Amino acid sequence: MKEKAFVHPYIPNSAPEVLAELMREVGITDLEELYSEIPAHLRFRGEMDLPEAMPSEYELRRHLEETLGKNTTCKEYINFLGAGCWQHHVPAVVDEIVNRAEFVSAYCGGTYSDHGKFQARFEFYSMLAEMLNVDAVSEPIYDWGTAAGFAIRMASRITGRNKVLIPANMSPERLSQIKTLCQPEGMENRILITQVGFDTTTGNLDLKDLAAKLDDSVAAVYLEVPGFFGNIEDKAEAIFTMAKEKGALALAGVDPVSLGVIKPPADYGADIICGDLQSIGVHMLCGGGQSGFIAFRDEPVYLAECPLALYTIAETNVEGQYGYAEMLPERTSYEARDKAKDWVATASGLWTIAAAVYMALMGPAGMREIGETILQNANYAKKQIGGIKGAKVRFSTTFKEFVVNFDESGKTVEAINLELQSRGIFGGFDLSKDFPDLGNSALYCVTEVHTLKDIETLVTALKEVLK
Amino acid sequence: MKDVKLRKFHAASWDEPLIMELGRKGERGIIPPTPAKKVCEDIGPAKELVPSGMWRQEDIDLPELAQYHVLQHYLRLSQETMGMDLGADIGEGTCTMKYSPKMHEQIVNSTKMTDLHPLQPDDTLQGILEIVYGLEQYLKQISGMSKFTFQPGGGSHATYTNACLLRKYHESRGELAQRDEVITTIFSHPCDGATPATAGFKVITLMPDENGYPDLEALKAIVSERTAGIMFTNPEDTGIFNPKVAEYVKVVHDAGGLCFYDQANANGIMGIARAFDAGFDACHFNLHKTFSSPHGCEGPAAGAYGVREELARFLPVPTVEFDGSKYFLDYDRPDSIGKVRSFMGNLECIVRAYAWIRSMGAEGLKTVAKISVLNNNYLDMLLLRIKGVSRPYAEGKRRLEQARYSLEQLKEDTGVGTLDIKNRLSDFGVQGYWLSHHPWIVPEPFTPEPCETYSKADMDYWAAAMKQSIEEAYEDPSFSINAPYGQAIGKIVDDSLIEDPERWACTYRAFKRKHKKD
Repeated sequence: MKEKAFVHPYIPNSAPEVLAELMREVGITDLEELYSEIPAHLRFRGEMDLPEAMPSEYELRRHLEETLGKNTTCKEYINFLGAGCWQHHVPAVVDEIVNRAEFVSAYCGGTYSDHGKFQARFEFYSMLAEMLNVDAVSEPIYDWGTAAGFAIRMASRITGRNKVLIPANMSPERLSQIKTLCQPEGMENRILITQVGFDTTTGNLDLKDLAAKLDDSVAAVYLEVPGFFGNIEDKAEAIFTMAKEKGALALAGVDPVSLGVIKPPADYGADIICGDLQSIGVHMLCGGGQSGFIAFRDEPVYLAECPLALYTIAETNVEGQYGYAEMLPERTSYEARDKAKDWVATASGLWTIAAAVYMALMGPAGMREIGETILQNANYAKKQIGGIKGAKVRFSTTFKEFVVNFDESGKTVEAINLELQSRGIFGGFDLSKDFPDLGNSALYCVTEVHTLKDIETLVTALKEVLK
Repeated sequence: MKDVKLRKFHAASWDEPLIMELGRKGERGIIPPTPAKKVCEDIGPAKELVPSGMWRQEDIDLPELAQYHVLQHYLRLSQETMGMDLGADIGEGTCTMKYSPKMHEQIVNSTKMTDLHPLQPDDTLQGILEIVYGLEQYLKQISGMSKFTFQPGGGSHATYTNACLLRKYHESRGELAQRDEVITTIFSHPCDGATPATAGFKVITLMPDENGYPDLEALKAIVSERTAGIMFTNPEDTGIFNPKVAEYVKVVHDAGGLCFYDQANANGIMGIARAFDAGFDACHFNLHKTFSSPHGCEGPAAGAYGVREELARFLPVPTVEFDGSKYFLDYDRPDSIGKVRSFMGNLECIVRAYAWIRSMGAEGLKTVAKISVLNNNYLDMLLLRIKGVSRPYAEGKRRLEQARYSLEQLKEDTGVGTLDIKNRLSDFGVQGYWLSHHPWIVPEPFTPEPCETYSKADMDYWAAAMKQSIEEAYEDPSFSINAPYGQAIGKIVDDSLIEDPERWACTYRAFKRKHKKD
């Protein structure tokens, strides 16, 4: 054999005996013969400059632990960052289930061989539907931003219109994603984005500005509850009524962990609803836990325009037994390629199972209680911080995030956060670049994981820093 | 292969009700933390903190179960899922169902990963940024490209990123309005057509010539000053490497377009052939395929997208940079296409891919490639001996890491098609196979990919199970058509409801409304 044996635990046929047998069977004496179809000029003959192999599991583990050990976590520091990725408690049973080898390793396996996966998903759709008070939920996509972009594109196709109104106080990350999905100037099927201003006292949508920008060329009005500043919109129903009077669709973006205490979006008129599952059962994972859901009315026009996979419960040949079948597959890119509704893809399937286990554990009482705890903790922290000299809290209502302005202290958010960091605290997300009109402001996030002591530590630290 | 003894398999079948049908009112699965007394006293009831009219009056109609029963229910559902760890997943070609090392799962589940917030200051994320930066250096070596982003949350998301980059590139040259066409090939993944279409391009799809290659003459005829670029795979889903790929690239370049190499599956050519050397401007790898991150019921996933030096300025923000002593995020990139996903992407997939490459080293990666091709050639030999199986195109040419077969003969002879065989195959304790994306250019298709994870015994078993499933069809077609028999549930009797708004139900509440009327 010309090849030197490299026997690796992940490659059974790297063992010399079986390797030789397979080569004999396929009639080659050199593995190079397998590449006879690749012409010489396309063969890579150089050396890949990679670190030496570390096939020992222990050695590699040490290396990974030492490298990741350089991180400082939100369990070591007290964290007040949110802005789209939030620190919540993930129940142990959720971790136990999403780390089951069957779920971790499953992919597109069939209706029958992966039945449990399909049932768990159906339960996810069903429980999320109860949270939102709608009848149709699809498989999720990468994150809230993509889900919002897809929802807007759906609305544009349904109405045949190519303008959308979205709030001016919007996550800059999400806004950038939506812009990318709505296409730049000069493209034939571009969706024009117009941002609607917010009331400077409440942070809620400015209805006068909305009325001025809303006409019968608008495909959809997209509203977030809670808003990016944590504000709770109090005129959601009026806003969506205005939209519908002009023939536009009502699009809502929601944080699902709020739904035990805040009205479900269908109740104030939402036609399509999106948001992120990360807050209900997924770890932050440095941003790797995002999952964008889309839900809508159970009407053919909505399902027909949804780009993502949809499944229906269906009877089997055993009485009283059910399986799950993919619905309307012809509209997806797996079947229609470039004629499809946007695209369908591998995205964040495991997190539907995390969310399903989370919702089942929480039940109605758990969702109500967690919402109440978040509301009270966050509003308490806001009030305490508002009492510190040099800090001013903005906007009248708060679910779990709120804006703190530091203009009076004369210090930048960056400088304040550096000082907080030296005290073991991650301060709020710096808004000064994306929202210059707010001056030196930061977005603070307080959830059920924050204890009274955590909040007091922050307040004490801020008092020292702002002195 | 003749010595293979097929298992007497039956999947776990718990006859498990829906969770919405379990539990009793008032049971609790978990208790969330309550606010401190001082907080409650100071701030008052939660209800008063929500504007009137926005408070949720009714409780959510969620199930109410004790913790043990929630656990038990989902453990049962996991047992009713074969996944890949239990049932050799040789059949899901194009997906590279390789072993995902368990140590990597333990690492990404450690607090040093799970409890990181993506907006923490760079100096508190030095470990994860070092890994992101490190993986980028490795993928540069493997592809020849100059810079990568890991923001795309899957393979199709990477092709979408490429479509956005095409827009930005032509916009920067003042040619966006003119260059509105993207070319792909029918045997490339459907996302190579769907994502440029979403990005606003008109898509032209090349069909194969008589040898199964995308038609080069047809390509020459369709390129023009309207061509924005081409997005395609090689080898395509057929497993046939296109030796003239550099000529295709040249034709598109000469017309002023960019060339994107969809390398979602690069398992057969890692270290053997590089996108850069064939002249491509950009490529992507699915880290959940070639680089061992698990598929997780279809995500979280990662599409690592890399480009040549001159296109690096268009990549999404932020990029991860290293100044010689510390790692940092660079948002100051004015020509960037912006963001395609929030934060930095699915970094747990990046950690796993990094770890897997470190375990393998350069020689190991080449060994993976060669053994995956060797395995496929061995399985190919076994499958082509089975009556009713054929492999269209390029007779006598070796396939690389996968191949597309046809059961057209079986269908003609017996009326039993590839879907029936797929359903039956799982009764032997292996995962069902992948057919093909649409349209079925190869009739009654199936597309296995026996990557380096699988042993000779696994392949012998898989081929024997296929042979048995097909022989049964020749003996008694109705037996095959009513399969499966050994799964958690029986066959779905009437799937016409997938098109029927009166009967379809994608949630339990819709099901109750439509089917359980009093």
